[in-house]
Amino acid sequence: MLEVRNLHSFYGDAHVLHGVSLEVKAGEVVALLGRNGMGKTTLIRSIMRLAQPQMREGSLLWKGEELKHLTPHEVAKKRIALVPQGRRLFPSLTVVEHLTMLKPASAKHGWTVNRVLEMFPRLAERKNHRGNQLSGGERQMLAVGRSLMIDPELVLMDEPSEGLAPVMVQHLETIIADLGKTGLAILLVEQNLYSALSVASRIYVLETGKVVHAASVEEVKKDQAPLMRFLGVH
Amino acid sequence: MASLNLVQILNGLTFAALLFIVASGFTLIFGLLRIVNLAHGALYLFGGYVGYTVSGMSGSFALGILASMLAVACLGLFIDQGLLRFVRGFVLREVLLTLGVAFVLNDLALVIWGGDTFSVEVPAILRGAVHIGGTFYPKYRLFVLVLGIFTFIGLWLLLNRTRLGALIRAGVDDAEMVEAMGINIRRVFLATSMLGASLAGLGGTVGGAFLTLYPTADSEILVFSLAIVIIGGSGSLVGAAVGALLVGLLNTIGQVMFPELAYFVIFGPMAAILAFRPLGLFGRAT
Repeated sequence: MLEVRNLHSFYGDAHVLHGVSLEVKAGEVVALLGRNGMGKTTLIRSIMRLAQPQMREGSLLWKGEELKHLTPHEVAKKRIALVPQGRRLFPSLTVVEHLTMLKPASAKHGWTVNRVLEMFPRLAERKNHRGNQLSGGERQMLAVGRSLMIDPELVLMDEPSEGLAPVMVQHLETIIADLGKTGLAILLVEQNLYSALSVASRIYVLETGKVVHAASVEEVKKDQAPLMRFLGVH
Repeated sequence: MASLNLVQILNGLTFAALLFIVASGFTLIFGLLRIVNLAHGALYLFGGYVGYTVSGMSGSFALGILASMLAVACLGLFIDQGLLRFVRGFVLREVLLTLGVAFVLNDLALVIWGGDTFSVEVPAILRGAVHIGGTFYPKYRLFVLVLGIFTFIGLWLLLNRTRLGALIRAGVDDAEMVEAMGINIRRVFLATSMLGASLAGLGGTVGGAFLTLYPTADSEILVFSLAIVIIGGSGSLVGAAVGALLVGLLNTIGQVMFPELAYFVIFGPMAAILAFRPLGLFGRAT
């Protein structure tokens, strides 16, 4: 469904992605692993067509259609949603406003405010709190809930477990797995290997702007050695 | 040292109301588009002239207000789509460009209306004075006070009770994230810049009736607007209201009690606020 081919992205003169290719099929949860500074967020930002980084080579095919000339809002209109690194909620908006800014509360089709609040009962209790008055876990739930309101077919999740307590990480894994079961494709950027392995069906490892390892989770479970080597865990 | 009386306090409040109308547009544009629109004063004055001409020709004050808001909103559209889009993201160029627009608009106004001082005709119903607290006070200035309050309420409802308002607030917080959610943030920007400009136009006509219109009126109102936005914090409506009240009242107090220090009375406290709250009273880091 999403096919990234030979992607080269730059921040100014800094060449960050050196010909990344990867694929996410419909309804598939794919994890993108790698240490800090390896280009994971750059890749997510490139797919979303955000102003930085600059993509100078390669192609981004979405159901066969090239995305590289689109603006971020056009990409989102193709039903690709972003759960950005650091959540990036809006401090001025309440929980409900985060969800209704795209669709009126009365909307019936696809993801609705009520459906998101049923999925995250904690958010329902904090409906009128503002983005900056929530705990880390609640913020992440809202960031996920907000992304669902565009009725995505693919969600790009950039380190959703970052900074969360272990119990919240587990909760988040359940949510991601549940979302995957609804047929939603997810490209999950993760530093936590075990978290990634528990929800994904395939993994890619990114190192200094290149995909250095690709495997299915079954393969990894049989033999973790190559993966450990690439992640620098010995 | 003279002391303050009711009339002077009312003068301060009504001046604050006018400043709020103008500065609310300024703060919306500043907060969302991150552009210090130095043409905002020129838009105020231009709007005032348009309001003066249209209300003079039609005999209708309301029509003058509508025409000035519409004309200046169109100017705002042109500045954004016709000029600023070419220097988007280069802060210094944007600011210089708006300064250039201010010069061009002022010269254009000089060509069209000349350098005389004009006063927008006040409708009969708002002429005269009302008896208030043992003194007489001009009805028109009270009208400006009420208009300022209604503008605040209207803008507050727009920002807090509508979807466009939620998008504008979200855009002030994090424009890129709004864009990544499938919203064409450029359209939200454009709507905001036209709304902000139309408020300058409204201020021009309303202010033109009691502060009069003359070639340097734009820079005076611009300096006050800047002070208000800096004190209140950019992009904050409540900040603009509090800033306008402070500046309006301090200006009056300064003129009455320390006439030789009138400007210091405004900019001294502004500097003090900045020293302790660099983002303004209601400003937030983004």
